[in-house]
Formats: sequence, structure tokens, C-alpha cells
Amino acid sequence: MTMKSTTRQVDGVTIVDLSGRITLGEGSTMLRDIVRDMIAKGQKKILLNLGDVTYIDSSGIGELVSAFTTVRNGGGELKLLNLTKKVHDLLQITKLYTVFDIKDDEAAAIQSFK
Amino acid sequence: MTAKRVVQKLDSTLDSVNDVERKASELASECGFDEDEVQRIEMAVREAAVNAVYHGNGYDPNKKMTFVLERTPESIVIVISDEGGGLKESEIPDPLAPENLLKPHGRGIFLMRSFMDEVRIRNLQPGTEITLIKHVREQGADGKEESK
Repeated sequence: MTMKSTTRQVDGVTIVDLSGRITLGEGSTMLRDIVRDMIAKGQKKILLNLGDVTYIDSSGIGELVSAFTTVRNGGGELKLLNLTKKVHDLLQITKLYTVFDIKDDEAAAIQSFK
Repeated sequence: MTAKRVVQKLDSTLDSVNDVERKASELASECGFDEDEVQRIEMAVREAAVNAVYHGNGYDPNKKMTFVLERTPESIVIVISDEGGGLKESEIPDPLAPENLLKPHGRGIFLMRSFMDEVRIRNLQPGTEITLIKHVREQGADGKEESK
């Protein structure tokens, strides 16, 4: 299953609901395009909902890192929501769990954006 | 457990990556690994295959990825090689080092090492061969897993 995404706006925060696989050549390219598009539109509060993401490979992890740094360098904030156990474990062993701001409640996540 | 060996030469494409990932996953399931362990093996194999077709062969249609899948009574062994410029193990940066944490690349070998019991990298000149080994574990008399 390749990656799918839908985007919605809640209280000035852009929430991207992602599902499927974020892997080389599939989801990773799509994720890059989504983030570039949001930055081009001036959206600076971005919440990636990974609740239905079934699989991420090292390219997918790299794309999450790129998205994080790109948004941050543009003066915005990118946070992650609803990690599955698999993705959580992956971010922990790669020490990225402490880099990303990770939330498990959507309403609280929206409130946390300045 | 019956020994089994599969050898394939595959095009340098993402379809080949998906193919070897699926074959490794099926074999790991047949060997009785649980779902989490199957996914770790699957991911390690995917990383090695991506390394071969993308970083090694650069999707070159004239270069092939060789895939060997072997099941022995003790372990499953996956060997993936490419025909690229070669990978120097000593030059692979530590992806956990603070200066590398926010780099978008360089986690593939680390993930293979995290998920497999043994990872060997050999420079073929030209090309790189990566061997991934996972030992089959059995339930001990006390119910705990033990290595064979």
C-alpha cells in the first residue's frame, strides 16, 4: 500500500493525515512535495498525523527529518501525531524521538502550537 | 527444518526491492519469527536492497542486484550484492552522533545492524556485498527463547 494523504486546517494548524508506507520512491517523494507545497503557501504550523502509517524505511525517516528542518529553517514548526508502536520504536533507536515534538492527542497538539 | 537456497539476479529497480523484501518476509514467517521480528528482518533486507539498487547501482539498467536467500537449520542468511562503486565500511558515519542526527541519509546500515544478529559488508571491487544473518531461536524447556 503506497502512501495517501489528506490535509485539513484546524485553528490555524495544517494537519496532514498520512496513511500507508513512507518508503524510497513512494511515500518519501510525496511527503517532500506536500511539505514544499505547504511552505510555499506560507503554512508554518504543521502537524503530521502518522496514525495510519504502517511502515517507514530509512528514506522515509530521512524525509521526516528533512521536513522538520525545512519547516524549522523557514520559521515554522512541524510536529508528529499518533505514532504507531513500530514508528515509535524506529524513532527511538535512531535517537530522533527526542528531536521531534511528538504528540498523542490532536486537540492538545493543536493547542501546543504558539 | 529443511534447508533452502534461492539465488536471483534482479534489475536495479524499486520493484526488485519490493520483491526481495516480500521473499525475505515470507521466509521469516515460515521460520516462525513473530510479527515484530518478521518486520525487522523485512526492513533490514529492504535497506540492503535499496543500498544495492539505488546507492550502489544508481538504478543503472545495465547493473544487476544479486539476491541470495538461504535457510539453514540454524539461521536465515540473506546476501545482497551490487555492481556499483563499492562501500567503505570505515567511511560510514555514525547516524547517532549529534552532528549527524538531522542528516536525511546514512541510517540504512545502522538499521540493518539493529535488526539482524550479524551484518557483514564486503567490498567486491567493483560492488558491495552485504550479508544479513538472523538466528532461528527455539523455545527452551523453561519457556524462554534460546539461540540454537
